[in-house]
Amino acid sequence: MCAKKVDAVVIGAGWAGSILAKELTEAGLSVVMLERGDERATAVEGDYPSSIDELRGAIRHRLFQNLSQSTVTIRNTLDQEALPYRRLAAFLPGEGVGGAGLHWSGVHFRVAPDDLALRTNVVARYGKGFIPEGMNLQDYGVTYEELEPFFDKAEKVFGTSGEPYTINGKVVGKGNRFAPDRSDAFPLPAMGEVYSASLFRTAAASVGYHPYALPAANASAQYTNPYGVQMGPCNFCGYCSGYDCYMYSKASPNVNILPALRQDSKFTLITKAHVLKVNLDADKKKATGVTYLDLRTKKQVELDADLVIISAFQFHNVHLMLLSGIGQPYDPKQNTGTVGRNFVYQTITTSRAWLSPKQYTNLFVGAGGAGVAIDDFNSMNFDHGPLGFVGGSPVWVNQAGVKPIAAAVGGPGGKAPTWGEGYKDAMMDTYRHSLTIDAHGSNMAYRDVYLDLDPTYTNAYGQALLRMTFNWKDNDIRMNQYVVGKIEPVIKAMGATRYSLGMLKDGEVFDTRRYQTTHLGGGAIMGSDPKTSCVNKYLQSWDVSNVFVIGASAFPQGMGYNPTGMVAALAYWAAYHIRTTYLKNPGPMVQA
Amino acid sequence: MKLPSSTRRNFTAGLLGSTSFWIYGGHKVWADALQAESGQPYQPRYFTAEEWRFLNAACARIFPADAHGPDAAALGAPEFIDRQMNTPYGHGELWYMSGPFRSGAPNLGYQLSLPPRDLYRQAIEAANAYVRDQHKAHSFADLSAPDQTAVLKAFEQGKMMLGTVPAHTFFEQLRQNTLEGVFSDPLYGGNKGLAGWTLLGFPGARADFMDWVNQKGAPYPFGPVSISGETA
Repeated sequence: MCAKKVDAVVIGAGWAGSILAKELTEAGLSVVMLERGDERATAVEGDYPSSIDELRGAIRHRLFQNLSQSTVTIRNTLDQEALPYRRLAAFLPGEGVGGAGLHWSGVHFRVAPDDLALRTNVVARYGKGFIPEGMNLQDYGVTYEELEPFFDKAEKVFGTSGEPYTINGKVVGKGNRFAPDRSDAFPLPAMGEVYSASLFRTAAASVGYHPYALPAANASAQYTNPYGVQMGPCNFCGYCSGYDCYMYSKASPNVNILPALRQDSKFTLITKAHVLKVNLDADKKKATGVTYLDLRTKKQVELDADLVIISAFQFHNVHLMLLSGIGQPYDPKQNTGTVGRNFVYQTITTSRAWLSPKQYTNLFVGAGGAGVAIDDFNSMNFDHGPLGFVGGSPVWVNQAGVKPIAAAVGGPGGKAPTWGEGYKDAMMDTYRHSLTIDAHGSNMAYRDVYLDLDPTYTNAYGQALLRMTFNWKDNDIRMNQYVVGKIEPVIKAMGATRYSLGMLKDGEVFDTRRYQTTHLGGGAIMGSDPKTSCVNKYLQSWDVSNVFVIGASAFPQGMGYNPTGMVAALAYWAAYHIRTTYLKNPGPMVQA
Repeated sequence: MKLPSSTRRNFTAGLLGSTSFWIYGGHKVWADALQAESGQPYQPRYFTAEEWRFLNAACARIFPADAHGPDAAALGAPEFIDRQMNTPYGHGELWYMSGPFRSGAPNLGYQLSLPPRDLYRQAIEAANAYVRDQHKAHSFADLSAPDQTAVLKAFEQGKMMLGTVPAHTFFEQLRQNTLEGVFSDPLYGGNKGLAGWTLLGFPGARADFMDWVNQKGAPYPFGPVSISGETA
């Protein structure tokens, strides 16, 4: 293949890429979407029963990134030598068509509006001195009112199930009273509640909290989305997280967008295409296209394009910007540059409650997005003044379907043995009669937490690996401890026979060996100042105006909510402004 | 009736996905036929005879026989591990295995150059050497069950090395693979008779709980079924 020219090239076939590709072909552009992994179709890889094989699935990483080709290196502090993340554990990026959007769970939030202007809000309420030294607290530069139509659109595409609280300012349901106002109802009613979730609902309400049904991109009923593609009703099989939904019930790019997009003759999907770099012109102000490696032929291919959409997984976006020379790399010592700045994660800890031997929680029953949550300690829904930390956590029972290998290897919990004598008894009790409650919280950005290129390790194609410098900080540890403390009364109200509270410990170091969450963020953040952000409020690169960088890489902070809903809304928001403004007059949409 | 095993498996798998499977009274016949195929003792394809003895003994200590049922060796965990050694996983092809290999803080994860199959080979030999040194026995498998447990505890908690492998790294590999063998689909050689799933109360490949979303704490009434249609 020799150099070809298209209107737009989209890098990565996950949610962000699929949304941009759909929108740009609708606008009449010829679009090539490049995906380095394999083709994935529900009817083939996702068929029952072979797709619900735990060993081949979540344990041997059927849908996750194969680290043998490329990974990241990780260190906790600036003075440490980073070492490769050789075995998947702490986070699980996807690979193949659908990306992480194929193996996600389906929790589909909007955003807490206060989080979009967190710096402004914290300063207004508590003063500048409240922000700890070294914390890069920033605003997104976009408001909830601006994004609302795109949250609405994404929910309709995803077939999201949920219970509203207010629509156009009127209380209409028993949904989350802390949730922002909506212009329309959820496309589908809330998912059913498993026993554990209903116990949590009753207990949380009894201690004065405000429980609500998690918004889930798992279809509570049959649904046809605006693209004309169909979803089947979720049967709580328990194989959302880490799997491709054989019931066509969990929203994925593969089920909800690509069937429509593939029919468009202006759209081309190329799999096994690993993008090596975005090509720039001599003064690095304009992208000319991309160079990718065809993994089938092992040949490099140049593809010219007027518009380049970087829409891979969060840290791949940052990696590709650094490899391509888009913008200035962040330097934590000088506090200069923006690419790699504000790398964030989320705090998540799990507490467990054991019930009586007569109460079976049937942990294998579940749906990845379903559950009951409280927002009483999320975002700025409570007074941080006397607490002295920024951020918060939703708390929930989100029984996504616990599989036996994961349960057995994780162990029975509490002080029970993880093997040998006594293990079986404890494991049986835990698997049959316990439930878990998560505090899934925010993680702030810090001056010495960032992404750059590793000086030592390379990927299979000879390129420097991305290096993560990340550690837990006192602010976030104290936030987690505070919120977990608020779970205790709920567990007691449930009548638990015993319980263990999971929380970050003082001085705890980030451990790459234990799964926490795949909700990584930042590194190519949005904002209103090119000195402290990589992309403007339309996710357009400040430096190279025909490059847009879409994904959780745009988040200045790790928020308490799961990121996919926000990623999808930002993707539709950026696409709308590309279609209505940029294409008419290509160039910077915000003057630096 | 004799059919090639692949045909039988497809037939059973085909039935599983259909309503007729659940009303087809004869499905147990097929499950039994599939079961009978595994009647012969398994011959390891990767592990040596001495390694195989170690593995059988260690699996049985990690997941011992008791009133709840047989040990992991009886459930096929050693067979599972042996078969895994010849997969991409066993060869380390799912891991980033490029150098340089440097040791670092434990929280930064596995940093050895050994894929699982080499890790087992090196560590088992060193474990038997440790036993010869510390106990008056030829190998781990010759120790009494309590002594085997004590040795595994020492590996789990101690700071000793087994060759170039930290003993606790080896122990965790062994523990994880043993439990994978007990609790994975029998397709991979372990979880014989679905005994692992039965112990936990996991219903296997049923994966349809439309009528069981919330039964207010009642136990799920059906036993497990495997991907190939075996029931227990």
